[in-house]
Amino acid sequence: MRIVRRLAPLVVLVLAAVLPWSTVDIPGLFDGPLNSPGTLQLLASCLVFGGLAMGYDLLFGRAGLLSFGHALYFAGGAYGTDVLITHAHWPLWTAAPVALAGTVVLAAVLGAVALRTTGIAFAMVTLAFAQVGVVLVNRDPGGLTGGEEGLPLDGHGIPGPLIGVANTVNLYWLALAFLAVAVFLVHRVDGAPLGRVLAGLRDDERRVSVLGLSPYRFKLVAFSLSGGIAALAGVVYTLLVGGASPRMAGTDLTLSLLIMVVLGGPGTRWGPVLGGILYTYLDQRLTSAGGHLPGPLAQPLFLLGAVFVLAVYFVPGGLAGLRRRLPRLGGLPRRPTARAGGDTLPEGLGLD
Amino acid sequence: MATVVLLTATGLGLAALYFLIAAGLSLVFGLAGVLNFAHGLFLSVGAYATWWAAQRWGFAAAVVFGVACAAAVGALVELAMIRPLYKRPTEQVLVTVGLSLAGVALLEAVWGADSRPFPRPQWTRQVVTVLGARVPADRLLLFGAAVVVLAGLTAFLRFTRHGLVIRAGVEDRAMVSALGIDVRRSFTLVFAIGGGLAGLAGALGGVYFGSVSPEQGASLLIFAFIVVVIGGMGSVAGTALAAVAVGLVQQFVNYYGTGGAGDVCVVALLAIVLLARPHGISGRVAA
Repeated sequence: MRIVRRLAPLVVLVLAAVLPWSTVDIPGLFDGPLNSPGTLQLLASCLVFGGLAMGYDLLFGRAGLLSFGHALYFAGGAYGTDVLITHAHWPLWTAAPVALAGTVVLAAVLGAVALRTTGIAFAMVTLAFAQVGVVLVNRDPGGLTGGEEGLPLDGHGIPGPLIGVANTVNLYWLALAFLAVAVFLVHRVDGAPLGRVLAGLRDDERRVSVLGLSPYRFKLVAFSLSGGIAALAGVVYTLLVGGASPRMAGTDLTLSLLIMVVLGGPGTRWGPVLGGILYTYLDQRLTSAGGHLPGPLAQPLFLLGAVFVLAVYFVPGGLAGLRRRLPRLGGLPRRPTARAGGDTLPEGLGLD
Repeated sequence: MATVVLLTATGLGLAALYFLIAAGLSLVFGLAGVLNFAHGLFLSVGAYATWWAAQRWGFAAAVVFGVACAAAVGALVELAMIRPLYKRPTEQVLVTVGLSLAGVALLEAVWGADSRPFPRPQWTRQVVTVLGARVPADRLLLFGAAVVVLAGLTAFLRFTRHGLVIRAGVEDRAMVSALGIDVRRSFTLVFAIGGGLAGLAGALGGVYFGSVSPEQGASLLIFAFIVVVIGGMGSVAGTALAAVAVGLVQQFVNYYGTGGAGDVCVVALLAIVLLARPHGISGRVAA
């Protein structure tokens, strides 16, 4: 049983990797066969947001930090790469690492200020910082960001296999690789002492500081790492959609990350990934099907927001929590986890 | 000189909007501990209700209608959605986030995503001469409304029994409950007041911007959050001070600096205040 549980993710990964060779047509779910560029593009977006949601959960579900500014780091990776390639004419191989490193430094600096506050004030401060990003991107300083139009990616700096509709499959593999890296990183943190401390901070910060550990430092490490994963997601997403747009910096993006994580199951091993994939799929499909639905149902955000509100009341713990609440279908017995304060947010880290 | 007066008047008009939104947010947060993302929705509801009614009745009646609608929505949201979740603060935030997304999408579905021209009364388009500067009358309307609300709210908090319970609740909620007072009724009241004030901000924002759009609430909300944090959560006077500071800084820097620099300065102001005084200008007192 244990071996099956350990191998299952690998099997899924291999299946996802060989999926572009399949020509199966699933009517209803996708518009074309699985290996058509449109379907691969949709799947790749889902994978990027799955990884992004996993990185966000490092803050929200695992460390209990409610950040409303995560879009800033996603946009940092996206715009950083795009600006360096399009305006400075750097090749991708240097632009992407520099954008990534720059965004991590940005996350560390802003995190150092924001983490001096806690709880709701932290949420508001991160929101305000991200708002600066939105303003900068929209005001188009020096013609750098392209303003509200966004900045299309200049193809000269990008290796050939990553350009063009026919090469969508390579971008799909890139997205899959990013998801694997994000999941690997977060799971490594879960298993490491850092993960234990973060879980401790989430449950009872005072106790952690009584033990002689500095909550501030651990939170800052988590914040920077999470920002780095978001920046990497931004790099991959820019390549995928061929440019950066102000929507990537907006508060709505952070809010949808929150929805993904809560729908999937904060603090669980796979919940955030599932939530990210499902939300992105529904969002894109509902948007394209929007014209055919009557009244407010034509607005994807109306449906997703309503489902989200219902989920908060009736499915605490998200999709991953459902398995625990339904009668056990051969699941492993679980240790009950002691929780402070009686809030039912993230549960159970010790599943390894 | 004329430019300075005009900028000050515009900044104060903006500050009035921020104050109207932030006062409700601040009381809701100070008393009930709820970070209310749906507050922008209350504002949009007020704006659209006023816009709808202004085409049928007079402007004043329309504003009253808009405020009443927004207050009703505020009370309803507290009763139906927030109440079951007290003691679970993160889930409250999540519910208001979902509500704001779904509510704005609903407004878009009904009235379209594009902004609609707001039927401004003729007299708000006139220009008044103040200290040699020609100031649009709507700025004065906004500022006057905010001063009246500030006075009314302060009097309400200071001289009525409900106000007393709210002030006590902000300071120590557990103690008020222990004295046998049902604080939850005050929660509903505070949500209704906050909703009504946000609705008023929506109606006056319609006059100020000349149009209404579903997204308007969300963009004002972020600066209102900043005002709440700078002012100290739960403090009406602190909120008023912070609103004036934020509005003036934003206007002046946006005019004399490059575009968007004012918004950046406001966030920098927030960072400085937080580093120097983590609880905002005035700590936690509702007065």
